[in-house]
Amino acid sequence: MAQTQERETKLTCRNVWKVYGSDAGSFFPGGNGAVDDPDALVERIRESGNIGAACDVSFDVHEGEIFIIMGLSGSGKSTIVRCLSRLVEPTAGEVILDGENLLKVSKEKLIDIRRHKMGMVFQNFGLLPHLSVLENVAFPLQVQGIDRAARVKRAMEMIDLVGLSGRETSYPRQLSGGQQQRVGIARSLAVEPELWFLDEPFSALDPLIRRQMQDEFLRLQKMLHKTIVFITHDFLEALRLADRIAIMKDGRVVQIGTPAEVVMKPANAYVEEFTQDVPRVKVITARDIMSQAGKPLEGAQTVAPGTTLEQLMPRFGEGLDAVAVADESGTVVGHVTPQAVLTALATAHEEGSTL
Amino acid sequence: MTVAAQEQGSSGFSLGRVSPQLVSWLVFGVFAIACILLREEMKWLVTYPKEWFLKLPIGGEWVLLEKALEGLMDWITLTFKPVFRFISMVLTYPMRWLEGLLHWLPWPATFALVTILAYRAKDLRLALFCLAGLSYMLIVGYWDESMSTLALVGMSVPLSLTIGLVMGLLAFQYRWARRIVEPTLDVMQTVPTFAYLVPILILFGVGPVVGMVASAIYASPPMVRNVMLGLRRVSDDVIESGEMSGCNRFQLLFQVRIPAATPTIMVGVNQTIMAALSMVIIAAIIGGFADIGWEVLSTMRKAQTGQSLLAGIVIVVMAMMMDRISRGFTERTGDIPLRTGGNFLQRHPLLWAAVAATGIGIVLSHLVPFFKDYPDALVFYPAEPLNDAVSWFTREFFFATDAVKTWTLYYFMLPMKAGLENIARPQSWGFSMTQTTAAIYWAVVLGLGAGLVRLFGWRAGVVVGLLGVLYFFGSTGTPWPAFVAAVTLIAYQVGGWRTALFAFLGMAFMLSTGAWPRAMLSFYLTATSVLFCFAIGGALGIWAAQSDRASAVLRPINDTMQTMPLFVFLIPVIMVFLVGDFSALLAIMMYAIVPAIRYTEYGLRNVDPVAVEAARMMGCTERQVLWRVKLPLAIPEIMLGLNQVIMFALAMLVIAALVGTKGLGQWVYDSLTNARFGQGFIAGGSMALMAMIADRIIQAWAAQKKRDLGVD
Ligand SMILES: Nc1ncnc2c1ncn2[C@@H]1O[C@H](COP(=O)(O)OP(=O)(O)OP(=O)(O)O)[C@@H](O)[C@H]1O
Ligand SMILES: [Mg+2]
Repeated sequence: MAQTQERETKLTCRNVWKVYGSDAGSFFPGGNGAVDDPDALVERIRESGNIGAACDVSFDVHEGEIFIIMGLSGSGKSTIVRCLSRLVEPTAGEVILDGENLLKVSKEKLIDIRRHKMGMVFQNFGLLPHLSVLENVAFPLQVQGIDRAARVKRAMEMIDLVGLSGRETSYPRQLSGGQQQRVGIARSLAVEPELWFLDEPFSALDPLIRRQMQDEFLRLQKMLHKTIVFITHDFLEALRLADRIAIMKDGRVVQIGTPAEVVMKPANAYVEEFTQDVPRVKVITARDIMSQAGKPLEGAQTVAPGTTLEQLMPRFGEGLDAVAVADESGTVVGHVTPQAVLTALATAHEEGSTL
Repeated sequence: MTVAAQEQGSSGFSLGRVSPQLVSWLVFGVFAIACILLREEMKWLVTYPKEWFLKLPIGGEWVLLEKALEGLMDWITLTFKPVFRFISMVLTYPMRWLEGLLHWLPWPATFALVTILAYRAKDLRLALFCLAGLSYMLIVGYWDESMSTLALVGMSVPLSLTIGLVMGLLAFQYRWARRIVEPTLDVMQTVPTFAYLVPILILFGVGPVVGMVASAIYASPPMVRNVMLGLRRVSDDVIESGEMSGCNRFQLLFQVRIPAATPTIMVGVNQTIMAALSMVIIAAIIGGFADIGWEVLSTMRKAQTGQSLLAGIVIVVMAMMMDRISRGFTERTGDIPLRTGGNFLQRHPLLWAAVAATGIGIVLSHLVPFFKDYPDALVFYPAEPLNDAVSWFTREFFFATDAVKTWTLYYFMLPMKAGLENIARPQSWGFSMTQTTAAIYWAVVLGLGAGLVRLFGWRAGVVVGLLGVLYFFGSTGTPWPAFVAAVTLIAYQVGGWRTALFAFLGMAFMLSTGAWPRAMLSFYLTATSVLFCFAIGGALGIWAAQSDRASAVLRPINDTMQTMPLFVFLIPVIMVFLVGDFSALLAIMMYAIVPAIRYTEYGLRNVDPVAVEAARMMGCTERQVLWRVKLPLAIPEIMLGLNQVIMFALAMLVIAALVGTKGLGQWVYDSLTNARFGQGFIAGGSMALMAMIADRIIQAWAAQKKRDLGVD
């Protein structure tokens, strides 16, 4: 979980709406999603009997980050990720990929973008039942017309990457859920996409396998550095994987922030409820509580900005009154005192007990 | 019934709360009694007068519908004759070629090909079964006839599949196509098989092409349905993954959607093959082609029971082989090891085995005459011994078969047909119909009705009343206004005014085209068979639901019965019971009983297990669980079975015309032999209407029941 602020924006979702219903378009004259009073419009949509599956959703996804969209069932997560890939046509708003409005491009261009820039993993795997593992993974290459030898080679690499070597000739129905999702992941990576969408990829798996797949996912991302939009309804999964989290409720984004921000400063009671059972010492890092001001430290121990409180606390146990926080280049960017740690945990505890 | 009972139990007879439904039935009762009392004075109450027939103003004249249709067909035939003759020619050519090929192919090669195909489809057992089946055809001496039938099927199946696939795709992709295809399928399902043949025969002229075209059309609906169903059922995830892989519209359809729908589409292929075979056999009625259907038909007509039995077995064997092979391909799961390594030969050993076997077969046939044409001297054709055995059987068991036949005829069929008042004779019933006996009859009906009203509510009373009238006057003697009113009223109360209007218009069509008397004959035969099927089939279904062993015995029998071409059912019944209504009844029952058994078993086995457990915990005996819990909850399912039974019975009714029944079926058959389109249209249309009216009423009723029970 590295610094994200300085990265370039890869994908922007601006005032995107998706309304299901017969008169959906009538709410947005000119298809403009930037309305003056979104709350009133949401109300109007509901009263007219239409369904606002995604309402006024805006966020930026930075190059190389894992951006997680979290929310309960029916909150519009799938809808929004489908708007980003235009599997679903948004009712209003803009989706900007590499500076280009995706919603304005032609069908042919869209197919081209999907073939080269995007990959997607589905909750129920979405494997083609009539194709073997190898053929499934090679399928996106096949529809592009890449010749057999080249696509088999590439597919084999991907299968190897997700650890399924030896199962190339099996059919999806012969695989376990975890194995099937590995195929889904391999397939989505076969075209070397820049943008990687994952819609609840691990929800259909049992907890142990899910954990294993999460590790696997982090391992892959360390190698591949994709720009990722990842959907989940599992808050702990979000905390574990995310650089930043967007929390959705009833089609609207209620908060966007790093895991620590969400845990320490929940935007409202809805978010707070998720954070209740979260082990804060594992989420809050040195970066979140360090202060730049104060006395310069002589000969103090240094830690990385991503060090969690859990890792930090034993150091104070040795009697230190502060540690320095240094970035990768060794430059000291701030320091953390035991008081700061206690304050962070105490606020958390207080909040927890008031609920 | 339970609902009625509750209603009655709670409301009693307090006049203030009489339901409007009951009032309407009381009004109907008065109307019906008036009709019955007046029928001597006003003959038109029983016989719908000719003057009231539907006439169309054509060319300044009023023409009967039948004549108008005839004229229309004449015009079409005359105008488009060259077109149809051309199509006929185009189709005859490959068909003759295929027939020639199958006849030319030496039998060892055919044996090898079919056996390898069966092995590829399923397993060694099926391969051996096919080997035995083919041997039977060969040894009995029906090889050439079988190959001719196979050629017809082999031509019509690809046609059906293509039609089905195209229509299914169109209907899936375009709403306008769906709007046309869906109702067409519903109608096609209810039109009797022979009726398909009439216009085709007129347009194409006598010849094997008629059978081919008819079966291509007749067999395509299951394909259309399954294609639509399969395409619709492909999960969104699969489609979206295809889109995200960058498929264009074309790739998405042909590389994702259709392959993913293949299992369901294959079910359609299986059903289409079976339907095509059935129709090819039926089309033999037109004659002009020496296939196995013709063999059965002509021997049956000459009352050569042994011969028709031997030929019938060929059909049975053929149907079983086709069904199992095509189903084998459908149900094949992926555990067949995928061979990626090696060359083409190593990857497809069976293909090469087949090619090699054919080659060897052809070479052998040139060297050894035995392999070219199976020698006549070795044909084993035990028709005579079979005939003797059948006559011995009928002679020895005459007392039993005759008793069953007479009993059923006198106590059920004849009264339902002509009315008790007309058939009660001292010899059969022990009394003749006098004022006194009639009075006694009505007293019994009233008593029974009253008793059932107390037990189950007024609806039971209505049912008893209707049956009482029908039994006494017969379906042909009941005044038509009363009959129409009763059916319309039922339709209204079950399905609302749309259903009622449909039923009313349907019956008006039958009346105004002169089909009514025949429709009533068909009604009687169908109603009797359905009642019997339901009683016996329901009992078997309950048995199968309670005992796994019974289920295991009945299931394969049902499966086999269901795939048989309809003709086959006639053979055993006329062997024992000769021609007549009773034989027709049995033939219909043999075919139509299957859904009664199946749906009853299915309904009972799929009752919510929690309800059953709860009942057991309350201390119900198994019997009580069955009667108080399972059966009432299974009623909607059982009613859908009833619906199927009616459809099957009507389908078989036309075939039953061959054993000498009167009615719409016979009229259709007659129109076929005389190439009369107008008559065929009216008779076929009336049968389709009967089926559709029954279908709508029962579907609506089942839906209502489901809502009442809170299932679904
Ligand atoms: N095709 C559609 N027509 C009408 N309403 C729809 C459609 N698709 C989705 N919705 C509605 O939009 C809302 C958001 O659905 P969405 O699938 O995006 O939720 P989700 O957050 O992905 O939920 P889950 O976690 O269950 O997948 C839901 O209320 C859903 O009923
Ligand atoms: Mg979802």
